[in-house]
Amino acid sequence: MIDTVNGHHVVTIDVNGVRQAASVEARKLLVHLLRDDLGLTGTHVGCDTSQCGACTVDIDGQAVKSCTVLAVMADGSRVTTIEGLAPGGALHPIQSAFHEHHALQCGFCMPGMIMAVRQLLTQNPDPTESEIRHHLAGNICRCTGYSNIVRAVESLASEAHRHD
Amino acid sequence: MTDATAIKYVGQPLRRREDFKFVTGKGRYTDDIKAPGMLHMAVLRSPHAHAVIKQVDLSAANAAPGVRLALSGAELAGKIGSIVPNWIIPGTKVPNRPVVAIDRVRFVGECVALAIAETQAMAHDAIGLVDVDYETLAAVIDEEAAIRDGAPQLHDNVANNIATIYRIGGGDYSKAVREADQVIALRLANNRLIPTCMETRSILAEPNADGTLTIYLQSQVPHMHRRWIADTVGIPEHQLRIVAPDIGGGFGAKMHLYPEELLCPYLARLLGVPVKWWESRSESHQSTNHGRAHTETIEIAIRNDGKILGLKVETLGNVGAYLSNMATGGPTVNTVNFGTGAYKIENYEAHSRVIVTNTVPVDAYRGYGRPEGGYIAERAIDAVARHLDLDQVEVRRRNFIQRADFPYKPYNGPAVIYDSGNYEGCLAKAMEAFNYGARSGERDQLRAEGRYRGIGVAAYTHMCGMAPSRRLALLGFNRGGWESARVSVDSSGRVTIFSGSMSQGHGHVTSLAQIAADVLQIPIEHIDVVQGDTRQVQAGHGTFNSRSMAVGGSSVHVSSTRVVAKAKKIAAGMLEVDEGDVSYRAGKFSVSGTDIAPLTFGTVARMAYVGHKLPDGLEPGLDETVFYDPKGMGSPSGIHMAYVEVDPETGIVDILDYVAVDDAGTIINPLLAAGQIHGGVVQGIGQALYEEVSYDPDTGQLMTGSLLDYAVPRAEHVPRIRSLFQETPSPTNPIGVKGIGESGSIAAPPCMVHAVLDALSPFGIKHLDMPMTPPRVWLAIQNARAGASR
Repeated sequence: MIDTVNGHHVVTIDVNGVRQAASVEARKLLVHLLRDDLGLTGTHVGCDTSQCGACTVDIDGQAVKSCTVLAVMADGSRVTTIEGLAPGGALHPIQSAFHEHHALQCGFCMPGMIMAVRQLLTQNPDPTESEIRHHLAGNICRCTGYSNIVRAVESLASEAHRHD
Repeated sequence: MTDATAIKYVGQPLRRREDFKFVTGKGRYTDDIKAPGMLHMAVLRSPHAHAVIKQVDLSAANAAPGVRLALSGAELAGKIGSIVPNWIIPGTKVPNRPVVAIDRVRFVGECVALAIAETQAMAHDAIGLVDVDYETLAAVIDEEAAIRDGAPQLHDNVANNIATIYRIGGGDYSKAVREADQVIALRLANNRLIPTCMETRSILAEPNADGTLTIYLQSQVPHMHRRWIADTVGIPEHQLRIVAPDIGGGFGAKMHLYPEELLCPYLARLLGVPVKWWESRSESHQSTNHGRAHTETIEIAIRNDGKILGLKVETLGNVGAYLSNMATGGPTVNTVNFGTGAYKIENYEAHSRVIVTNTVPVDAYRGYGRPEGGYIAERAIDAVARHLDLDQVEVRRRNFIQRADFPYKPYNGPAVIYDSGNYEGCLAKAMEAFNYGARSGERDQLRAEGRYRGIGVAAYTHMCGMAPSRRLALLGFNRGGWESARVSVDSSGRVTIFSGSMSQGHGHVTSLAQIAADVLQIPIEHIDVVQGDTRQVQAGHGTFNSRSMAVGGSSVHVSSTRVVAKAKKIAAGMLEVDEGDVSYRAGKFSVSGTDIAPLTFGTVARMAYVGHKLPDGLEPGLDETVFYDPKGMGSPSGIHMAYVEVDPETGIVDILDYVAVDDAGTIINPLLAAGQIHGGVVQGIGQALYEEVSYDPDTGQLMTGSLLDYAVPRAEHVPRIRSLFQETPSPTNPIGVKGIGESGSIAAPPCMVHAVLDALSPFGIKHLDMPMTPPRVWLAIQNARAGASR
């Protein structure tokens, strides 16, 4: 149950392994809770119609556009954001592959893109180019033309079993 | 530890040094920045394309929870100056553009009122309570309709909605017509686009205790923004600090002066607190500048062997309701000056009109004018091939500017010089990579089997890095063409470059350091690059017009060269020899033919600051600032080829292959350069196949108001782009660089159109306008089939 105080709701969410409690308006989106209340600004807002995917995070093992989720709906869930992908300063293999293959330019779509790729490789460790392109259709990148994103993911495909 | 290196960095595919923060979510974009006690601004936008504002009632908004202040245009009148353009072609009628509309609105999305509140949500709630009484007026959306007799008029001082009339040309077009075997006519629509940076615009203006103001703003041109905001808001330039943090894409959209960029600084000063504004995507579609939006009518005078004798162009450039920053330069200088493309067309006559309509202002978008100009040339040459049933490659060859012609002045006109190029070289490379011969055979064979494959070819050339400053005055471009770089060596020999260029994803922290590292002969790890802070960077013009490597990179090269020259003088003093005897190789100052121990760069740098052994008359320090004004502009060129298959039952275009061969002169970093081509090509594919801003022609309502309705390419819509380079160094700058950022979006639209037209040629279809969406292609096929069976 969510406690309600002065029209605000207290939600408790595990974010990147840390239990966080916050008091939010019912209309507050999860992405705004992450960015504004928890200071996790790696998750971006690129549109207002759930088209761009810049706000993609992992909720209970599922890649989700965090602009489609109210903060109160995420109460009690486990959320992983880009900041939680490789704690401790090392890079996750997806992050390294994106660097190695110049799969990013302005970087704005990147956190959401990487979270979407993580989901793809979890579900399908050895995707074809067409499967990669289809899976990433919900994440818009305006800089790279996707060529090097696909290359980066392909480089992981053969070794994907080694990652979580 | 040695600070010497023998590695040559320029030309290496170095991985980007800036990536770590982006892939870990530590990028710092404007909306990520918060200031203590900041308030939020929301803007009420006009729901009407054209209306008189009779009354604005702010009382409910002012009384709403958390609201500090609500204002309309009337309260702001006289407090902030009007928004004036920065490129005014001589003879232009400039309409007045108040920051917030006062008595009339002229496009859906124009600022009408604003609210400042404690939270963004409260500010948005408040503007919903503003009551505006409008009396709607007839609106005009289309550029052709806007100049017809009786069309609604937008501005009292802009008769017939024509702000600028521009002519250029050379030779004698009438004579070409007399000598021609035939004249072909073509009408081209260059579809209106939304640049769609993934990061929408946002601003944070923060007053400081010392009376200065810091403005966080995603600006491609931070020093220009400082000047414009200072001039318009009335704050001395030196009291404004513009900080451009990480920028989520620019593409030309973030280099203009927008109303919110004036409102936040003004209101932050008025209220004495930080004020932030963030633009939603739907807001962005109706408030951030659009691109393209031209109609062209062209005539081509040809000989039957495919030689073009003359070209006549009539351009109508739709610039929206007001003249944005560079609006008058786009459909004029940037488009029709380049209408002859990569071809030797000696008789040319072009006429362009800059037209205001009740739409979002139109300004620079990746290539600005050069895609439109290149489209004219390429659609012309393609029409010749199609009309005469000649091979599209062969027709281009017969008309190309030849290698021996450079430097080449097209149509012997006054403004354009192509500095260098080797189009045949690019063509040969492209044909080989594309496997043009075999592909043509495959296409023909499949065509016989009822499958519709097509090959598209496009050639292009243009000019980058508007310069020199003196020449820009003649064009009415109220800026310089130089770029500034400061190469500052510390007392241990480590270097910080302060560059006036401004990366928006380009990777300047890597590429500019590569240029400096080669000159300074030190490891690239010893070099940092600072951009985007007018308090740190001395001066600059920023990043647009593919100028950052050609002009910004050259300025880094020149200032690094000066650092080495001074270091040599210091080394001579330390070694007690003549300066002329000192050579600098592999990061060491030495005297050849002697056993004097060489000095490292770091040792000499320390002496520069200790100053004990400086030669007489030499100032201490090792720190050089350059304002580099190029003597001319570089001309990138290239050949792109696309292979497509059209499904006649659905109209869907499947892109099977895309090869780009680009000649941008010296390539600093082939990995990053290819990235620029990939992105530019896909934006060009977007224009050719998917993207188009649509307005209701009667009401002026924006129909493509969100990313649900405006189709930017997704990963599954595009192929792997194969990018190859040819390097013909530019003679106009010390590093031979031309420019790469805009090439893809110039070449790809005609290349894609030609590929689809080639696939549709069995139906007798000779022209289709962009975007060639499935319904448009399908309908063209249906019409052609119906016509054939009639």
